[in-house]
Amino acid sequence: MSDLSYRLEGENVAAICNASPSDFVQLLKPRVMSLVVFSALAGILLAPGHVHPVIGFASLLAIAVGAGAAGALNMWYDADIDAVMIRTRGRPIPSGRIDRDLALGFGLTLAAFAIVTLGLVANWLAAALLAFTIFFYIVIYSMWLKRTTPQNIVIGGAAGALPPIVAYAAATGSVSVASVVLFAIIFMWTPPHFWALALVKSGDYARAGIPMMPNVKGADHTRLEILVYSLLLAPLGALPSALGFASVLYGMLACVLGALFVALALRVYRQRQGEAAEKAAKQLFAFSILYLFLLLAVIVAEHGLGLASFAA
Amino acid sequence: MSFLVDQQPVRRDVALTPAQQKSRRARNIAIGLALGLFALLFYVVTIVKLGPGVLVRPL
Repeated sequence: MSDLSYRLEGENVAAICNASPSDFVQLLKPRVMSLVVFSALAGILLAPGHVHPVIGFASLLAIAVGAGAAGALNMWYDADIDAVMIRTRGRPIPSGRIDRDLALGFGLTLAAFAIVTLGLVANWLAAALLAFTIFFYIVIYSMWLKRTTPQNIVIGGAAGALPPIVAYAAATGSVSVASVVLFAIIFMWTPPHFWALALVKSGDYARAGIPMMPNVKGADHTRLEILVYSLLLAPLGALPSALGFASVLYGMLACVLGALFVALALRVYRQRQGEAAEKAAKQLFAFSILYLFLLLAVIVAEHGLGLASFAA
Repeated sequence: MSFLVDQQPVRRDVALTPAQQKSRRARNIAIGLALGLFALLFYVVTIVKLGPGVLVRPL
């Protein structure tokens, strides 16, 4: 018989982890991860010269896992407000499928593995940038800004915009104007994207006590800010073409998509009451996802599939 | 000695429910696969980074 003897009462047996692997995958925020992977892929493909596919794949994997770790740590910290919001109360921690401490350990372990792996596979500048991204998302955004200021997602958006810079650094060991422009596009895209959602879910955020822009400054002020950020985003989206790291075709597409973005933002600004207002905000939110996806897809296609010379 | 024996707590084995056993098995498989893929990734990256030099070593 083992020397290690222990006692477990009935209620403790019931408390044994019952989570499935898919619950842990859900902790990683897979939808956010997909955006991170896609924008990081664009960042890697923008890099001059040849990146070995295995090194590129391993770097992307490390960045994706790092983003997933940040998602798990965010769910660990925000478990209290996630439980109050309808949109998030089905997440693994508030629904009781995963213990909060388990999520913390899971997130920290994955973060450490992702950072060290990126350092060993690519370089330590990229690893340091990935570590900074995770730190920024958890400490600066989740722990500080999210619960204190309506500018939370403006400044916090930097964390979501950094992956192209991390990926470019993984491929080259440096930071370039091209990767910074991708950062700027995602950074400027974040406020209208999230505020369109916040306009629809303002009751949810109010219940959780999160000072989102509609709850603090009002829906009309939020609509104005959405329009201003959309007007700034539209020309920024076309900048890769103007700077020569995307084709003229990309530039034309970015102009058309930018104009549509502004048109939808203008409709959100004008439609202020009832179902029409909610519909306008939902449409802008959905289109904003398509907008970023298409811009990144064209960059990936031009640089990854060698279509740049064809489209120029 | 008899005092020590008397102090030994009684072992009560944990009987997991079928759902807990199933989820534990699934988690074990997932961890095993993740670790295996992690080791494979480092193996392939090592070969790619060192190339033919992986075989060059002092005898």
